[in-house]
Amino acid sequence: MGLSFEQAEIRQGSFVLGADLALPPEGHFAVIGPSGAGKSTLFQSLAGFIPLSRGTIRWQGQRIDGLPPGQRPLSILFQDQNLFPHLTVAQNLGLGLDPSLRRLDWAAVEQALEAVGLAGLGPRKPSQLSGGQQSRAALARALLRARPVLLLDEPFAALGPALKAEMLELVARMTGDKLVLMITHDPNDALHFAPQTLVVANGSVQPPRATASLLTNPPPDLAHYLGQPTRAIPARVGHAPHHP
Amino acid sequence: MARRAGALIAGGVALATLAPVAVVMAQAGGRGLTAPDLAALRFTALQATLSALASVTCAVPLARALARRRFPGRGALITALGAPFLLPVIAAVLGLLAIFGRSGLLNAGLRALGLPEVSIFGLGGVVLAHVFLNMPLATRMILQGWQAIPAERLRLAESLGFTPRHYWQHIERPMLQDVVPGALLAVFAICLTSFAVVLTLGGGPAATTVELAIWQAVRFEFDLPRAASLAVLQVLACGGAVLLAGLVARPSGFGAGLDRVLPLPAPAGWRKGLDALVIGLASLFLAAPLLAVLARGLPGLAGMPAAVWPAAATSLAVAACAAPLAVGAALTLALGRAQGRRWLGPVAMLPMAISQLVLGTGLFLIVFPFVNPASLTLPVTILVTALTALPFAYRILAPETQTLQADYGRLAASLDLRGGAALRLLVLPRLRRPLGFALGLCAALAIGDLGVIALFATEDGQTLPLVISRLMGAYRMGQAAGAALILVALAFAVFWICDRWGRHGTEL
Repeated sequence: MGLSFEQAEIRQGSFVLGADLALPPEGHFAVIGPSGAGKSTLFQSLAGFIPLSRGTIRWQGQRIDGLPPGQRPLSILFQDQNLFPHLTVAQNLGLGLDPSLRRLDWAAVEQALEAVGLAGLGPRKPSQLSGGQQSRAALARALLRARPVLLLDEPFAALGPALKAEMLELVARMTGDKLVLMITHDPNDALHFAPQTLVVANGSVQPPRATASLLTNPPPDLAHYLGQPTRAIPARVGHAPHHP
Repeated sequence: MARRAGALIAGGVALATLAPVAVVMAQAGGRGLTAPDLAALRFTALQATLSALASVTCAVPLARALARRRFPGRGALITALGAPFLLPVIAAVLGLLAIFGRSGLLNAGLRALGLPEVSIFGLGGVVLAHVFLNMPLATRMILQGWQAIPAERLRLAESLGFTPRHYWQHIERPMLQDVVPGALLAVFAICLTSFAVVLTLGGGPAATTVELAIWQAVRFEFDLPRAASLAVLQVLACGGAVLLAGLVARPSGFGAGLDRVLPLPAPAGWRKGLDALVIGLASLFLAAPLLAVLARGLPGLAGMPAAVWPAAATSLAVAACAAPLAVGAALTLALGRAQGRRWLGPVAMLPMAISQLVLGTGLFLIVFPFVNPASLTLPVTILVTALTALPFAYRILAPETQTLQADYGRLAASLDLRGGAALRLLVLPRLRRPLGFALGLCAALAIGDLGVIALFATEDGQTLPLVISRLMGAYRMGQAAGAALILVALAFAVFWICDRWGRHGTEL
C-alpha cells in the first residue's frame, strides 16, 4: 500500500505538476530534477500547504490530501526555519510530542536528544547551536513525532560536505522503518542515501528507478540538468568542447 | 479555531460599526438638509482642507531639514514627533490656549508692542490646533519618503554633479509627488472627524463642524432626526475621504534597495541657516504648548476639584477594557489576514470611515427606546473607543503577523501548533514588542479620548477629558490645566508601561 498519488495534479498559475505513482511504506527515495521543475511544490502539496487541483493522495489506503498539515502521517524538514528561535531546544523537540507543551514526557525528549548526539543541550536556544546541531535537533523532533513518512526538503543544504554526509548517515540509521523522501541537488547524496530515485521533470513526477542506473544512464532532461553529455542530445555534445 | 475567531471578530466589528449607521440612515429618512446642516458641512470641509494644506506645507521643509541634517538630539526630536499622537487632544488645546489664547504669551507680547490681539477661537484656532496635532504625523510620513530614496539614486546624482536645484528637480519633487497626496488625505480624514478641538475652539454658527452639530442636536436640541441626518452626511464625507485615502496610499517607497543609508547631501550656506531656522521654529511650536501645560498645571494640582479623581479612575478603567479589546481584535484579524483571508483587512479598517459621534448617535438611537442612555455611558464608551483604536492597532500588527506567518507559519502548521498553544508558544513571544506598542498606543488613545462620551455622560460616569472640557467651559482654567497635566501623565505612563512590557524579555 504505502503512499500513492492517484492522478494527482498541482496547479499554480500556468505551472502544472502531475503525479501518478505508488511508493512502498518503507524505504529511502531521492527526489531530483531541474530547478523549478516542482520538487518543493510536490513536497508542499504532500505536506498539506498546497491543495491538489485534481486527484488524490493516499497513505495505506486512507485519503490524506484533505487533512491539515499537522494531521498528516508525515514530518517535514524545511530548508531553513525548522526551529522556533524563542523556544529552547528541548521545547522545540517537545512540540513534536505535544504542541501545547503541557503534558510532556521530558525524559523522551532527553532520549531523543541523546540519540542524535545532543545530550544536555536541551536548555539552550537554537541560536546557541551550530548549524549541524540545529539540523540534528530538527531531525530529533521529527523522530519524536514518530510519523511513518519523513520529507527532507534539502534541510542540510547549508552544511559543509562532511557535516552533510554525517547527517545523511544519521538519518539513514534512524529511519530504517520509515518512508523517507529527500530532495537533493547532489547526485552523490542520492547515490549514498537512496537506492531509488524519483525524477521530477517536464511537469510530472516519474515513478522510482534504481538510483545507480539512473545516474549512469540518465534520460535526456535529467542529463541536461546533471550537466552530463548524452547521445540523446548530440547538439550539446557538439557545443561542449570541454567534454571530449 | 483561529479561522472561526477571525470570522467572528470580523462579524462583530462589522455589526458594531454598520448597525449604528443603518439605524441613523433609517431614522434620517425623509428629512432634507437645512441651511445650518450645509453650513456645518462647508465648515467641516473648509477646516479639514486648510488643516491638511497647512500641516503638509509646514511638514515638507521640516522633513527635508531632518532628512539632510545631522545634529545632536535629532533622533530624540524624531521620536518626539510621535508624541502628539499620544497626547490627549484636550491637553493640547489647553497648551495652545496658554500660548495663543486671549491671556496667552503671544497676545501678551502683542499688547506690549501695542499691536492688535489675535483670537484663537473660530476657524484660525481650529486649524492651528489641527496643525499642532497633525503636522508631526505628516512630517514623519514625508520624512519616510526622503529616507526611502535609494542610495543608488543618490550616488548616481552625486556622480553627475547635481546641484541642490537638480536634486529638487529630479529626485525630491518626484518623491514628494508620490508622498504628499497620502499625507494630505491622512490629515484631511483625521480633521473631518475631529471633535474635541472644535468643541473647545470652534462653535457658533460660523465654526460648527458636522461632528459638533451632531453633538448639539443630541445634547441641546434633542432633535434626534436631525442628528441622524447629520450622521448620514458625516458617513458619506468620511467614507469618501477614507476610500480616497486608501486609493492614494501606496506601498512605501520605490524599491527597498539596500539597507545601507547614504546620507543626503547637506548643502552649506543659506540653506543650512534655513534648515536650522525651520527645525528651531518647529521645535518651539511643538514644545511651547506642552511646557505651558506643565507650567500652568503644576500650580493647579493643589486645588483639584473632587470630581477629577473618580474621573481619572474611570478613564483608566475605560483604557484597561478598551485597549485589550482593540488589540485582541486587531491581532485576530491580522493573523487571519496573514493566513490568507484578505477580506479581513478592510474590515479592520472599517471603523476609520465611521466617526465616533455617528457611532454614538446610532447607539443612542438603538438603546434610547429601552433604557436611559446615560446608564450605558461606560459600556458604550469602551466599545466605541475600542472600535476607534482598532485600525491603529491593526496597522501596527499587520506587517508583523505577515512576517511571523511567512517565517513560521508552515513550521507551526506542520507540527499541528494551533489555537491557544500557538498563541502562547508562538504569537505572544514573537509579537510581544509590537503587541506592547499597540496596547500602549490604544490605552493612551482611550485615556485621552473625548468623543462619544460627550453624547452620553451625565455628572457621574465622567472620564477625565470630559471633566477637563467642563472645567474649561466654566473658565476654571487653572484647575483644567492641573487636570490636563494628570491626564497627560496618565496617557504617557500607560503607554510607557505597555511599551516597556513589550520590549522587556524580547529575545530572538
